[in-house]
Amino acid sequence: MTRHLVMDEPATKRVLDELPQSLTGKPMDRPDGPEKVTGTATYAHEWNLPGTVHGVLVRATVPKGKVTAIDKDAVMKLPGVLGVFNDERFLRNPAQGTANEAPIQGPDEIAYLGQPIALVVAETFEQARHGAHRLQMRYDVAADGVFDPEATNVPHERPEDDQLDQGDLDAAMKQAVSVVDQVYRTPGHNSAAMEPHCSIASWEGDKLTLRGSYQMLNYNINELADSLKIDAEDIRMLSPFVGGGFGSKLGISAEAVAAAIASRELGKPVVVALSRQQVFETVMRRSESRQHIRLAADADGKLIGLGHDSLVSNLPGEDFYEPVMQATHFIYTGENRRMNMEVARVNRICAGSVRAPGEAIGMVALENAMDELADISGIDPVELRKRNIPEMHPETGQGYSSRPFAEALDEGARRFGWDKRNAKPAQTRDGEWWIGMGMASAARVNMLKEAKARVTLNADGTATVETDMSDPGTGTYAILTQIAADMLGLPGDKVETVLGDSDLPKGSGSGGSFGASSSGSAVFLACQDIRTQLAQKMGMDEDDLKLDGGKAGDMALADALAGDAIVGNGHIEPGETSKDKRQATYGSYFAEVGVNAVTGETRVRRLTAVFGAGRILNEKTATSQCYGGCIWGIGMALHEELLFDTRDGHLVNHDLAEYHVPVNLDVPQIDVHLLEERDDWASPIQAKGIGELGLCGAAAAVTNAIYNATGVRVREYPVTLDKLLDQLPE
Amino acid sequence: MQQTNLTINGQEHALDADPRTTLLDALRNHIGLTGSKKGCDHGQCGACTVIVNGRRINSCLTLACMHDGDEITTVEGLGQPGNLSPLQSAFVAHDGYQCGYCTPGQICSATAMLQEAKDGWPSNVSDDLAKGQKLTDEEISERMSGNICRCAAYPNIVDAIREVAEGAEA
Ligand code: FES
Ligand code: FES
Repeated sequence: MTRHLVMDEPATKRVLDELPQSLTGKPMDRPDGPEKVTGTATYAHEWNLPGTVHGVLVRATVPKGKVTAIDKDAVMKLPGVLGVFNDERFLRNPAQGTANEAPIQGPDEIAYLGQPIALVVAETFEQARHGAHRLQMRYDVAADGVFDPEATNVPHERPEDDQLDQGDLDAAMKQAVSVVDQVYRTPGHNSAAMEPHCSIASWEGDKLTLRGSYQMLNYNINELADSLKIDAEDIRMLSPFVGGGFGSKLGISAEAVAAAIASRELGKPVVVALSRQQVFETVMRRSESRQHIRLAADADGKLIGLGHDSLVSNLPGEDFYEPVMQATHFIYTGENRRMNMEVARVNRICAGSVRAPGEAIGMVALENAMDELADISGIDPVELRKRNIPEMHPETGQGYSSRPFAEALDEGARRFGWDKRNAKPAQTRDGEWWIGMGMASAARVNMLKEAKARVTLNADGTATVETDMSDPGTGTYAILTQIAADMLGLPGDKVETVLGDSDLPKGSGSGGSFGASSSGSAVFLACQDIRTQLAQKMGMDEDDLKLDGGKAGDMALADALAGDAIVGNGHIEPGETSKDKRQATYGSYFAEVGVNAVTGETRVRRLTAVFGAGRILNEKTATSQCYGGCIWGIGMALHEELLFDTRDGHLVNHDLAEYHVPVNLDVPQIDVHLLEERDDWASPIQAKGIGELGLCGAAAAVTNAIYNATGVRVREYPVTLDKLLDQLPE
Repeated sequence: MQQTNLTINGQEHALDADPRTTLLDALRNHIGLTGSKKGCDHGQCGACTVIVNGRRINSCLTLACMHDGDEITTVEGLGQPGNLSPLQSAFVAHDGYQCGYCTPGQICSATAMLQEAKDGWPSNVSDDLAKGQKLTDEEISERMSGNICRCAAYPNIVDAIREVAEGAEA
């Protein structure tokens, strides 16, 4: 049987709150923890299949053109080399998240510098790497590559469904008492997950097994099948552990297809791992952005107009663009609105999802502009935001589902001690440091995705949860275990959760923060299915069934099952509730920074963040996700920047020495507080997504604090010392 | 091919490998100890940290053949599921990770770092280079800044290490 729910009605019966057990929400340790801390968790590269040979990708050294010749013979003569592969099925671009079909293929047509073209396979990694370095290619170089998204010779497109012109923004700007009219720029970012992408392909006859590091096997399997021109039924993908994804492993990338093709030909398992430089240059980048923000406010600071135009970029032929204004559409009021999206087509690495696409940078610019408005209008930044929380969606007229936005602002201000802030900039010194405080709001759209799961209540009274869902560090192993344990009245250690195998029921995949609520709902439904069957078996009304502490009523579960296992299936689909209400998650950030008066260096001294994301499924893992988001915000504010050479589009800083992500000493202890919330419209477990919310505005709290500390507004991220130094107060 | 004798987690291994093989690749590809991770292969991330003759090093930055006769401890040698070292347990209890990929490096690094601190080694944030240092949060953070965690579990990593450091002091 399957318990199938289309989310057409709000789930006002809060089943998880009515159960005798309440492990869900508690800060349970991750069940996968002992494996992770002992090095026994199996990541993509670590299967050590007998006879595995190694492949290394070779990439384009020109930015645009055609490959005319590859000197395979010279490399084939090198010791240990088994094959040099270049196949029209090789991926030119990685697959976008949820693509579910092959991305752009055909490596011989070069669209960006660093694009994968060939694969050298040898007995050992050292031999393959040497062969890859030695492989000579000849090109027909095209002279018409374009590399600078803001240059006038670059084609710009305006995606039709991302243009809004409502009321009269120009008139509102004239009529307003306070206005902000500023341009902000954010650079490109890389996910830089710690585990570089890797695939091991092995074939048995026509059946391919691909062990990879992927976030969404439910889609990845179809992307791989379509790329290889084989049936998805002939593929099994395994990703039980994923060493971080942050969007970069949503879709398949070049190494998967190359490994599969080479392995087929050689009749041996082939492992292909990307080097760190290849991760930077061949997987997804977050697009840089130019954001023009206009705010028009009346005497009370209430917005009467809001404009947010963005320019982002991608390769020609890619549908994805960074949805910069995603949260601007619903977070604040203002009846006169204009929001136009423009996409520049450039020969740079493919742009795609990097953690919180859209809000990660859109909320940052918007929250900087709100800070400027607070400053100009003399209204406290927290108060200004509260005054602009709309009653109804200002464009669609929809209502909102649960929205503890004002609460997050107030609670954050209270915990941080916001009342101690001096609104006048450049007033506080601590030795050679200028001290300042800043805040920003957080907002991120919430999504529910189709997901399936199977739960087996085993005859011995233990349970097994199974789905192809991944856990790239998000806590999936923990939260699915907790939900099943509560629904079946079992201690957490009697539930085993099995993930990351495409032979299992299709979950939602991990992405867009929808993984936990979607897959969690599927597990919840599967357990409901079990409860129905168990009640029937015990000859009782389901409402009277009490499962607690491994017992059904007074009977041990194993006795109640009388030697039989019960299999439950769950299937959730989004429905009308996604349209009836604007669903989103909210929060606030409060930062204290010190800016060094001598060097211009900024240090974040304190950070408080408050978030509301519906029911929290595991306080510990959810808090960790929020730490992660906030720290990405620190990185965005102060360090992270992809630097492209505008002459040929090549990425100058393609590794962790040159692309600076925050390290331990860059980060203070952070106070994250999660609000108690239930969102009945979001999912049958009243949970929403939290994996990205921590990032959606965070950098603005830091940069607003820099303004408060120094009186300097930097509108070009990141705020490195050179941008402050010559403007610092005496 | 190059013959190298390594003692890894107390066990002797005779490695016969290409002289270009890094210590990290020897562990992962030849000896089957995949606990040490490769995050960058260039000494930029710390995921490959192992302890060689008592000192933490980036195993991607050194060739295996340079370690003939050396004693190497990897994360597998510190503890196993069911028999975790104090730091390993503390990382689980404090959620000192998310994806777990940097974690073996963090734990090897922290294990050696606690010893360095005990031996009175100063760090870049120490006030006094000669005197032993109390492991403040800032000291822990500085001494662990060679181990990148992109999941950014830093606050929890500091909590876990502080707990073990204090336990060792008491
Ligand atoms: S893999 Fe050795 S430091 Fe990154
Ligand atoms: S736990 Fe993922 S990189 Fe540290």
